[in-house]
Amino acid sequence: MIQVLIWLPLAAGLLCFLAPRRVVPLVALLGTLGTLGLAVAVLADFQTGTAGLQQTVNESWIPDLGVRYELGVDGISLFLLLLTALLWAGATGFSIFRMPERRRIYFFMLGLAETAVLGAFLAQDLLLFVLFFDLMLVPFWFLIGTFGGENRVAATTKLIVYTLVGSLLMLVAAIATAVLASGDVGHLSFSLADLRANPLAAGSQYWIFCFFAAAFLIKMPAVLVHGWLPDAYRAAPLPVLALFSAVLSKVAAYGFLRIVLPVFPQATVHFQELLLAIGVAGILYGSVMAFTQTNVRLIAGYSSIAQLGFITIGIFSLRPDGADGAVLQMVNHGLVVGGIFLIIALLWERSGTEDLTRLSGLATRAPVLAALFLVITLGNLAMPGTANFIGEFYILIGVFQAKIVYAFVASIGVALAAYYAIRLFQRTMHNRPTENADSREIGLRDAVVIAPLVACIVGLALYPGLILGRADSSVEATTAAVHPERNVITVEGLRAQR
Amino acid sequence: MTFTAPHIDYAGISPVIALTVGICAVLIGGVFTSRHQRLVVSALSLTTLGAAAGLSIWQWGNQEDLVAGALRLDELGLSASLIAIFAAAVCIPLSWRDPAAEPEGTEPRHTEFQALLLSSVLGMTLLAQAQNLIAFFVALELLSVPLYVLCGSARRRERSLESGLKYLIVGSLGSATLLYGLALIYGAAGSTDFGSIDQVLTNGNASDSLVLMGVALIATGLAFKISIAPFHQWTPDVYQGAPTPVTAFMAVATKAAAFVALVRLFDFALGSIVDDWQPALSVLAIISIAVGNIGALGQDSLKRLMGYSGVAQAGYMLVGVAAASEVGVNALVFYLAAYTLMNLAAFAVIVIRERETGWGDDIKSVQGLGRERPELAWPLTISMLALAGLPATAGFMGKLFLIEAAVDAEHTYLGVAIAIGTMISLAYYLRVVAAVWMRPEAEPAPAMAGGSPEADPREARAPRGTRCLAILVPAAICAAATVFFGVIPSPLVDWANHAGGALAPFL
Repeated sequence: MIQVLIWLPLAAGLLCFLAPRRVVPLVALLGTLGTLGLAVAVLADFQTGTAGLQQTVNESWIPDLGVRYELGVDGISLFLLLLTALLWAGATGFSIFRMPERRRIYFFMLGLAETAVLGAFLAQDLLLFVLFFDLMLVPFWFLIGTFGGENRVAATTKLIVYTLVGSLLMLVAAIATAVLASGDVGHLSFSLADLRANPLAAGSQYWIFCFFAAAFLIKMPAVLVHGWLPDAYRAAPLPVLALFSAVLSKVAAYGFLRIVLPVFPQATVHFQELLLAIGVAGILYGSVMAFTQTNVRLIAGYSSIAQLGFITIGIFSLRPDGADGAVLQMVNHGLVVGGIFLIIALLWERSGTEDLTRLSGLATRAPVLAALFLVITLGNLAMPGTANFIGEFYILIGVFQAKIVYAFVASIGVALAAYYAIRLFQRTMHNRPTENADSREIGLRDAVVIAPLVACIVGLALYPGLILGRADSSVEATTAAVHPERNVITVEGLRAQR
Repeated sequence: MTFTAPHIDYAGISPVIALTVGICAVLIGGVFTSRHQRLVVSALSLTTLGAAAGLSIWQWGNQEDLVAGALRLDELGLSASLIAIFAAAVCIPLSWRDPAAEPEGTEPRHTEFQALLLSSVLGMTLLAQAQNLIAFFVALELLSVPLYVLCGSARRRERSLESGLKYLIVGSLGSATLLYGLALIYGAAGSTDFGSIDQVLTNGNASDSLVLMGVALIATGLAFKISIAPFHQWTPDVYQGAPTPVTAFMAVATKAAAFVALVRLFDFALGSIVDDWQPALSVLAIISIAVGNIGALGQDSLKRLMGYSGVAQAGYMLVGVAAASEVGVNALVFYLAAYTLMNLAAFAVIVIRERETGWGDDIKSVQGLGRERPELAWPLTISMLALAGLPATAGFMGKLFLIEAAVDAEHTYLGVAIAIGTMISLAYYLRVVAAVWMRPEAEPAPAMAGGSPEADPREARAPRGTRCLAILVPAAICAAATVFFGVIPSPLVDWANHAGGALAPFL
């Protein structure tokens, strides 16, 4: 089933070239909806409580290098798959209502991108992961460069050069890992299971860890290596940006959980504080930038840096709670930021500007739009009662146990989030409408796209256990690789004591 | 004193015989035809190449010494000659409308053009098999001399003549340097046979200074041929000036043959002093990667860009040689094959656009292709992405194998050099792709746009989509193969492993 899941979007994309021009959107939409259906089916099939992989596929691919076509899903990747499929269906639908010129290549690239992202989430072979990780850049480069706004070519080239700097070093590091481990494994193998079972010597782990961390941090982006973000965010077409911000950054965070923690445990412990510091710096910097910017895209962009800072520190608390929270928060943030960018597209259509100082009063005649945006905003600021609150709460519990200082500083970020999220909502929706603003209710077609995202946000707020319960055992197995000996305090444990 | 002729295995040298016979046939065929010269000559040439390829495939798997050990029949040599044959077969349709082969107002010169092309292929076939210093040098000259002529074959274009002359001078300098080196090695080892040289060096019976000097000169001489920096200065100029089909052929086929010869000479004959030359080749590889990639950054001429890109790519491939292992040779052969596919696809598109637009080989000539001519845009895009080493292309796989070979031979820094070079290269490869898809079509060029070679106003512009089918088909095949081997690399990997395995007993 996951085989079909991966390749269906690409197949639909290729079909777009053959289909008659008028049918192209339909083909693309059916492709993404089919993928979403399959992702839901994977969820339904999922066996809760087991840490191992499910639905595995394992074929030899390049025997000379020991590269295998090895796929599988576990509690960590399960909901990221769903997030991907949901957002892609949403973005495709959203694009169809604003039909781009050169639609064939647009939808082909979207399909290729979805295949690459799903592949990265499912790959259980280090090289296969690197391949999908690099591959997803190509369609996004095309989409931003061809369909983007002003200054798009320079922005998109900057983006790809930045991200490939990381991922090519990661390629070298991946090969080095396999070659160095081949002595213990007995043959050259990139299979994550083999690499987990035969960790490298600490010295090699350190530099290889740095290469992997660089790739993932650039992709997220973390603070200091986020130079591509402002340009790319300004230039990207909004449905594409929604995907980019919501899903691609999660691939990087997922990479830490899937690869770095289990395969380089000693290096992870060694560099824990550095990564925590980067994460906390990201929270503060992202928040501060988010409430000084006036471009609404950049507000959302910098808030993503802050949110990814939270996810990073959750992962690098190296505690099951923190990592559980990080997994939950990945999904939450994906839903929220995807929704925000689609809403921004609607705001732009209503007022013709993305400048916060010139946006105003768009809620006057659009209560439904305002309500949807409000739910998303509350999610973004992690209001108690939303799943984002629970995610951040778990993350902070994890960090409090690990390194208490970082947790204190990170807590400030929770407060800052409230400020920038509400600022964005208030300035755009409230106050008097400006002259050029056309406060219009959300159309039925757009509502069909955005409402499911909001429904998911609300649903997760009511029942976050949907994710936490399924992710728990996989996350525990992952973090246990780093701390095999230590007793960990879990929320469940505390509850039981009480 | 009597002369005993060496035993000759005619089956083994059958590809060489086929090519030689073919050259004669082409020359004779050309004399007797004038009206249908292109048809007849091309048919003869393609038949020759087909026969040579068929015979090479027939001999695939045999490993033996030919002609008293002057040549070595093995998969490594055959793979290089197959690459050269394939490149020549693609270049023949590319040259059909080229002013070099079909000058305005004079007799068509397909005969000369194709006979020279075949001679060069013959030289490459011999060079890739040579395991004797004399055969090595003779084959190298047989490869080079026709290329000097071909570069200057657009006689009424100043740039082409300049390019031919420049190539002749620099090439001769390279050959002379190489010859010095060969002489010194002979002086040190007392034999021209690779096997004997290896033995003498292994036993430590050779004078060190003589050998080292010889190795240095040989490395320099070959570096000229395969355009390794800092001996690359001729490359962009000659690539730009030469008729584009010749550039395409030169870029891929010369590299394949010369690299195989380089591997055979260094890894086999000089294999026992690997510690002496390995650092030198590593340094050359790094310089080449740096110079090629940085030099390509600001280029507006696509052919110059491909020239610098070729310098960088040669640097990547040199890593395979410097690894001095079977894995390294496998990676090299794989990369050579992949490089052939991706380069030919790009050059085919450049050739078409050169004739359709007034912009010559300027990057403006491909602007807006994505909207106007998707059938041209895709091969060029795939080729550029593959050269940049993006996944799902043979270029990614090739780099993967090269990096693996470097790490495996405990030269991880070379792997890092490839990675860093690739990052820089993205800036210019993607610039081409951006021009294809993201920019509007350029306005018609002024008559002498940028002094561009093919922008001769007298040149009749081919109407779109009619005459370029013969070029488009090879371009599409090469691009499709690039993607195919990027997704399913196993067939090409097996092929490369056979080639590398042929050298394994001597490593």
